[in-house]
Parts: sequence; C-alpha cells; structure tokens
Amino acid sequence: MSPVFYLVSAMTVAGALAAVLLKPLVHCALAVTVAFAGLAFLFLSLDAQFAGFAQILVYIGAVAILIVFAILLTKGSELPRDGVFSRSWLAGVVISAAVFAALGWAILRSAWTLPHETAVPAVTVHDIGVALVDRYVLPLEIVALLLTAATIGAVIVAMHEKEGVK
Amino acid sequence: MIDKMDQIFVLLQHWLVAFLPLSLQPVASVLLAVVAIVCVFPGLFALTTVFERKGLARIQNRIGPNRVGPFGLFQPVADGIKSLTKEDIVPSSANAPVHFLAPIVLVVAVFMGFAVLPMGRNMVLVDMDAGLLFYFAMGASTEVSVFMAGWSSRNKYSLLGAMRAVAQMISYEVVLLLSSVSVVMIAGSLSLTKIVAAQSGYTGYFPHWYIFTPWGLVGFIMYAIAATAETNRSPFDLPEGESELVAGYHTEYSGFKFALFFLGEYLAMFSISGLGTTLFLGGWSAPFSFFTFIPSWFWFFAKLMMSIFVFIWMRGTLPRLRQDQLMNFAWKFVLPLTLLNLMVTALWRFMGEGWARWGVCSAILIAAYILMGRVGMYKEHFGPRRYRYAE
Repeated sequence: MSPVFYLVSAMTVAGALAAVLLKPLVHCALAVTVAFAGLAFLFLSLDAQFAGFAQILVYIGAVAILIVFAILLTKGSELPRDGVFSRSWLAGVVISAAVFAALGWAILRSAWTLPHETAVPAVTVHDIGVALVDRYVLPLEIVALLLTAATIGAVIVAMHEKEGVK
Repeated sequence: MIDKMDQIFVLLQHWLVAFLPLSLQPVASVLLAVVAIVCVFPGLFALTTVFERKGLARIQNRIGPNRVGPFGLFQPVADGIKSLTKEDIVPSSANAPVHFLAPIVLVVAVFMGFAVLPMGRNMVLVDMDAGLLFYFAMGASTEVSVFMAGWSSRNKYSLLGAMRAVAQMISYEVVLLLSSVSVVMIAGSLSLTKIVAAQSGYTGYFPHWYIFTPWGLVGFIMYAIAATAETNRSPFDLPEGESELVAGYHTEYSGFKFALFFLGEYLAMFSISGLGTTLFLGGWSAPFSFFTFIPSWFWFFAKLMMSIFVFIWMRGTLPRLRQDQLMNFAWKFVLPLTLLNLMVTALWRFMGEGWARWGVCSAILIAAYILMGRVGMYKEHFGPRRYRYAE
C-alpha cells in the first residue's frame, strides 16, 4: 500500500461522496467524473493499462457526458424546492447496504495474495485481444448483439415521437 | 554525422542528464522531455497564429499582421503580453470553481496526448503498449472541460456552444476511433512506435505508408474529416460560430483564461495532426528513400506543419455547415463508409500479397462512395434556387 494508493483512494471516495451529497445536479455529475478518474488511476497503479484507459475513455468520455446531457435536456439542473432527498430513502439505504455487503463478502472471501505472483503480471493489450476473440468470443458476440438491439430500440423510441408531428 | 543529427535531441538529453547524480537521472530525463514538449508546442502555437492570420489574409486578399516586428512575426509576443495584463472577468452569476477549472482541465488533457506521440526516432516520452488508447482517453477528457466551461458561465451562448461542441465531438469521435482501428488491424499493435515501425521500409523510392493503400487513403480522409470536427475547426466550427454564438463556450472568458482556451485549441490541432501523421503518413519516416539522410524529427514536424497548413487552407475556403448537415454527414455518410472501410481492411489483411487485393479493395470502396453519394443526393434538388420571399 503506497502513498499513491491512499491519495488516489481518498480522491475516489471523496468524489463518490460528493456525487451523493452535493445539491446541484451538475456538480454531482462532475464529482462522479472525479470518482471515475480516481478508479482509472487505481487501475493504472495496478499496471492494468488497458482497463485504466478504457475506464477513462468510456466513463469520462461517454458516461459522464451522457449524464450531463440527460441533466441538461430534462431541465434537472435547477435545484428542486422541496429538498433533494427522495421519500424512498429507506429502501435506497437497504439496497445499497445489501450491495455493499455482498461485494464486501466476496472480497473478504477471496485469496489475499496469490502465490508465486510476479511483481508485474505481464498481461498486454495483445493478450486481452487474443482472449476476447478466442476464449470469450461468445460473451463478446452476445454483448454486441445486446448493444445493437439496444441501439435499434433507442432509435425506434426516438422516432415514434416524430411520426405524430408529421 | 547523419546519425548524430538524427539523434541530436536524444544525445543532448543524455548529455544534460549525465551532469546529475545517478539516483536523480531517470526523473531528470523524464522532466527534461516534458519541459521540451511544454516549450516546443506552445512556441509552435505562437508561430502558427501568425501563420494562420497571414495565410487567411492572403486568401482574402489582405496583408495581415505586419506592424509588430519584421513581417509581423512578433505579433504573438504582443498578444501574449496583452492577454496577461488584461483583467480577468468572471461573471457574477458564474459558477466560480468550475469556471476556473475548465481551461486548466482542457490544457492538461491536451498536453497529455503528446506523451505518446513519437516525434522522431527514439523520441517518444512514454512508449506505451496501449498508446493509441491513452491518446483517445485523453481526447475524450477534453469534452468534459468544454462542457464545464459552457455550463459554468451561465450564459445562453456559452451553454448552446458547449452543447453543440459536445454533440459534435461525440459524433465524430466514433469516426476518429473507427478509422484508427483499421490501422491497428494491419499494424497489429496499439503502440504508436510499433505503428510507425510497421510503415518503415521502401519499395523502390516509395515508402510503405498506410495512406498509399486503398483502405489507408479512405481511412485517412475519414480521419481528417473527423479530426477537423473534433478540433472545432472550420467548416465544422459551429460550437464557436462567431456570427451565431459570439464565441461559443468561451464567450465569458477573458484575459489569460481565454488565452488558455486558445492555446488548448491549437495544441489539440497539433496533437491530432501528429497522430494522423503517425497513423497514416509514416510518422517520422522520410517520404522518399533518398531523403533518409534528413533527420527524422524534421520529417515529423514538416508533416505536422503541412497538416496545419491544410487546416488553415480549409478555413479560408469552405463555408460553415448547418447543425443538421453536420449530424447527417457524420452519421449517414462518414460513419457507414468508415465501417465499410473496416471490413475492406480485414479483406486486405486476409487476401495476401499481390495485385488482386488492390483491385478488389479499391473497387469496393469507390463503388460504395459513388453509391452512397447518389443515394444521399437522391432527394436533393440542384440548380437555380428559388426563394419564396426574397424575389
């Protein structure tokens, strides 16, 4: 556990907390971006270059922008009058606690250190690419199909409104 | 002697670092390279602003800046001093922290992109295994800063400009990524130095650059279109179209913060040209085998400045697109052609050596281009335009 790890973790946790606790929605979205960046740095500090850069590319470049767009297009950027806490906060707390417990349980059960592990595991982008089209080709194709279906569905949902106008 | 000239900056770095104790040397050599990048590209930016204003002026039959120094060459110095001494105005309704952070995030993200560009033989700051991915990850981060700038200014022009910019950047980033994927497929690596190495070598006098293949030419054209849109340059400069939106997302910025936005924009142009050079134009390799005696870094920067010249030329030539034309162009023409180009690249890869693949790949691409052009133009009416109210 190096000081870098603590710094980056502190940044990630602070970003995540700010995303939940801040009131203006756009600030929350930007705080989530900081948390995403922190996660990417964590991946990088673990020598997982591909995962780290993919995290930045997908989460900061696409997901954060998507969140921001959704906030702006739905007029949610103004502060609501009656507070930002929803009425079903109890259920939310229970669900998030359950998720946290499940994740924590899974992590605590896993082996702490793998035996005979070299300091830097030599997983290159090349290996990941070969694994994707070799061993994991079926999951990859299923994900691709799912995404295509989702894209077509989104286009149909968006088109439906226009037909009424014409 | 030729080798020494080629490696002059590397040798200089080693010579300077050798003065320090051994424990400091790795840090010092990285620091030196970073300082070189941070000095050279803003310097180039200063020159390019004069070059651009002069070039545009000549295209528009004017003279351009000619008062400060010989041929107006010291104009950027005057501009720099001016922007440093100007008052930094933050609108009272602006969101101060986000307003302050936006230009910094932009410039930092753009500078990071230079870290993986090979600017000459052995001249790359970090030779990463996933260099291309790193570059695109950093490019994606600039979108956040553009949004931050537009949103935090509390100005409708800024917000509209930011929304336009982000929508445009997302649309064309898909094309940018996909057109680079075809290079990755052939080179078999995401490392930019390996991509340059894959394009070295000559047949007769001519180099093995990817632009001299059917898929490479189409890929390069698509890349160039996407790069122009990604850097918000004319004819894709709607996000800051001055006749519509004042200055888009940086309307409410003044003084040095505005200068930072200006710098970030030009640096993005340099780095995206550098990447295009690396991917399609053979990086730092010489254009003819009898020119290999000229240092590699010279070729990299020569190709970079050529791309910048084309950017300026296009700005002086083409009118601005409309928003719907921009989106239709991206999703209905550029993206399908890029996807087809990916398939053609795969075909090229598996057809093996020989002239057959040249014919087949070129035929598919040309047929697709003509067909898509015809289908896209099917409903358009050309000829004299009649205006209902203006006659």
